[in-house]
Amino acid sequence: MILDSKIPEGPLAEKWTNHKFNVKLVNPANKRKYDVIVVGTGLAGASAAASLAELGYNVKAFCFQDSPRRAHSIAAQGGINAAKNYQNDGDSVYRLFYDTIKGGDYRAREGNVYRLAQVSVNIIDQCVAQGVPFAREYGGLLANRSFGGAQVSRTFYAKGQTGQQLLLGAYSALSRQVANGKVKLYPRTEMMDVVMVDGKARGIVTRNLITGAIESHSAHAVLLCTGGYGNVFFLSTNAMGSNVTAAWRAHKKGAYFANPSFTQIHPTCIPVSGDHQSKLTLMSESLRNDGRVWVPATVETAEKLRKGLIKVNDIKEEDRDYYLERKYPSFGNLVPRDVASRNAKYVCDEGRGVNETGEAVFLDFRDAIKRDGEATIKAKYGNLFDMYQQITGDNPYQVPMMIYPAVHYTMGGLWVDYNLMTTIPGLYALGEANFSDHGANRLGASALMQGLADGYFVAPYTIGDYLAQNPNDRISTDHPEFQKAEKEVSDRLQKLLSIKGDKTVDYYHKKLGKIMWDYCGMARTAEGLTKAKAMIKELKKEFWTNVNVLGANEELNQSLEKANRVADFIELGELMVDDALSRNESCGGHFREEYQTPEGEALRDDENFAFVSAWKYLGEGLEEELNKEPLVFENVKLTQRSYK
Amino acid sequence: MNLTLKIWRQKNNTDKGGFKEYKITDISEDMSFLEMLDVLNEQLSTKGEDPVHFDHDCREGICGMCSLYINGNPHGPQQTTTCQLHMRSFKDGDTISIEPWRAKAFPVLKDLVVDRSSFDRIIQAGGYVSVNTGGVPDANEIPIPKSIADLAMDAAQCIGCGACVAACKNASAMLFTSAKISQLALLPQGQVERKIRAENMVAQMDAEGFGACTNTGACEAECPKGISITNIARMNREYFSAVLSSDTV
Ligand SMILES: Cc1cc2nc3c(=O)[nH]c(=O)nc-3n(C[C@H](O)[C@H](O)[C@H](O)COP(=O)(O)OP(=O)(O)OC[C@H]3O[C@@H](n4cnc5c(N)ncnc54)[C@H](O)[C@@H]3O)c2cc1C
Ligand code: FES
Repeated sequence: MILDSKIPEGPLAEKWTNHKFNVKLVNPANKRKYDVIVVGTGLAGASAAASLAELGYNVKAFCFQDSPRRAHSIAAQGGINAAKNYQNDGDSVYRLFYDTIKGGDYRAREGNVYRLAQVSVNIIDQCVAQGVPFAREYGGLLANRSFGGAQVSRTFYAKGQTGQQLLLGAYSALSRQVANGKVKLYPRTEMMDVVMVDGKARGIVTRNLITGAIESHSAHAVLLCTGGYGNVFFLSTNAMGSNVTAAWRAHKKGAYFANPSFTQIHPTCIPVSGDHQSKLTLMSESLRNDGRVWVPATVETAEKLRKGLIKVNDIKEEDRDYYLERKYPSFGNLVPRDVASRNAKYVCDEGRGVNETGEAVFLDFRDAIKRDGEATIKAKYGNLFDMYQQITGDNPYQVPMMIYPAVHYTMGGLWVDYNLMTTIPGLYALGEANFSDHGANRLGASALMQGLADGYFVAPYTIGDYLAQNPNDRISTDHPEFQKAEKEVSDRLQKLLSIKGDKTVDYYHKKLGKIMWDYCGMARTAEGLTKAKAMIKELKKEFWTNVNVLGANEELNQSLEKANRVADFIELGELMVDDALSRNESCGGHFREEYQTPEGEALRDDENFAFVSAWKYLGEGLEEELNKEPLVFENVKLTQRSYK
Repeated sequence: MNLTLKIWRQKNNTDKGGFKEYKITDISEDMSFLEMLDVLNEQLSTKGEDPVHFDHDCREGICGMCSLYINGNPHGPQQTTTCQLHMRSFKDGDTISIEPWRAKAFPVLKDLVVDRSSFDRIIQAGGYVSVNTGGVPDANEIPIPKSIADLAMDAAQCIGCGACVAACKNASAMLFTSAKISQLALLPQGQVERKIRAENMVAQMDAEGFGACTNTGACEAECPKGISITNIARMNREYFSAVLSSDTV
């Protein structure tokens, strides 16, 4: 299949305007004859569901949490970018576009990213109108902060809870449409499959998480806004329930999966403290403005420290290695996320890690406190220091913080065209669930922007175009395709319940996570990936013969929920490995050790790899087929990043 | 450390339910409370016993999903969410009792999991500004004094966990409802629907079966986000002035 990205003709700045003019419209009276399913109520899903309902479509919205307000978007801390140029510091739509393309290491589409930058300004207007209490200056106007990968101040924020406030804004718009009767909510409901009739997406099969009932829902279009799949690594900063199931089931029904191995590993997270660890907590990137990253200069000192024979504050200045400042004198501690993460891994691999597990480095505020005083540091980072102390029991004003990189975001996702439609007609993917805008690395504060851009301002137009070209006849859920899908879902759940092996679901999830982290994490090699592939195949076999899922389907059953998700993670893991193995270059978050500059930096191969990898599922046990969508750069010049 | 856990077990909404005792050993004080329960659940699962069901998702104190009533306090001894509570708040040999939120408007679904959709319905009754997507003014068109924006933010921080209801003798939802009413009453964007919002949200709160305010401040004391009861006073002002000049009577 030729992948048609459907990027509109014309100059970059006019593409979206032209496209909006050219799309077909559904007349207002006819909109109520169309039904749209929105799976997911995070920023992407809640904003899409509300906007589509406002237009007059009948919307059904699904999420697995007990309320739409609890989607993982709620946890985003730092902020949301927009090219408002309120600070008069030279920002523009073009600059936001350029920073995003470059930040993504030139592996995203120009057309999509430009549109994202264009609509970013509308997002802020919309949120303020909803009553989102963004931070303000004394004059009453909106405040901004700056974030990594940009030289302007364009990030809007609400304390350290930007995601929460944006989500509650979208949730309020959604709630209003529930009250109006235009949205029907299905919380505690998990999508288990997409249903296709005549080659088009016409509905979904769900499981009611309280009663276990398997049910069908029919519609004219289905939107997957189901978030990212970082939990394939078991440990990540994602919420515990974040999963790939919806996207993966769609993939197995024919939706291509793009760049699955593009994962973002965030450098400043609280390290793993033991085997019991269930998730990792992000510490804001802003800490690197004042904290200095270091490890002991020698393995011997690090060993003594790990054994508790010496205390960190007793380590003399000359025995400390401020490795980022040493290797990157001009950017120092503020190198981009991927570079900071990789270097932490290197020093820990050398045996210089500083906690019991050997996987942590110091982020030290001693010098900043000496220079600026404790009060100043407290004013800047007080809440972060408190959170750190709450979790670790250490006081970062007195001893350095310990940090280590952790999986944070997935740039890969379902392949979509400019209209956000997957390779299945009528099936759309929005937000982190798609692959569209961040290339091989996402800039801070850009995921919230993308989720809301997709949901408020892109999908409402592009879906109308599709619906206008399709009849409004409704399909009954008695249709054989629904019945078939329901049966497949039930059979699979029964199979999971009937294995009755002797290992828990988490046992397999942790094992998968370790394979992914060791071989498909911060640094990858052909050799390691090949090994990982064999290990995952083995793990899959073992899972399906030896997992122990307790209870029955007809009840609230959290082990069954987990088992169903982990089964999909295992299959995704294998595809991620294939993807990483097929991309013989390093770019953004994808670092193949064989491809690096003499200084150890990522070495892109634009001649051979300036494309999107879009994988097609061919059937159980078969290798997936790689399709390539070439990336054409007409406006930006491709350059090598350097931070020396 | 070694602990004794007394946990509420209830098969489903219609089951009567009761406490069950479990011994758990080798718990590290670095674990979060939920990780301690994970360990228990791994042990139960390995033995073929049904794991203890509880709600949780972000484990970062922001989604509001976790909701355990620990030793007589919502979210336990500290003013945090259950997921941010760590085992170093307990001692070796302690007995810990764990129950679900208890309130008529929060029926128990299984073990420690309750249904809080009544909160969603309160928001649906008016916790929004009626603007459609698109066609709104520029974000900087209406300046808002920083002090007002900050106050609105303080109220908006509510995570909707329901600890306030669980803490209240009357299972009142005043703190939750007032936080949203306050946020929107403070901001210029919320002015147009100010009266009708207060009337409808309060009516929905009553219809869901939440009780009246006890004026004891137990909700504020237990709120993991420190939402202040001054919001309740503001809501009462909003409500009474709305009712006095109501167009809907
Ligand atoms: C700790 C943290 C901090 C972050 N900080 C920032 C930041 O400062 N700025 C920024 O721009 N980005 C940030 N991000 C990234 C950003 O938060 C996410 O990428 C974004 O919120 C994803 O939104 P979404 O709408 O695509 O999906 P989500 O918010 O993940 O929502 C997914 C939805 O899908 C539902 N769902 C999933 N699977 C199913 C299924 N099978 N059936 C039914 N429903 C399903 C869920 O219930 C949920 O409602 C951060 C991420 C993390 C982890
Ligand atoms: S799990 Fe989200 S607040 Fe506790």
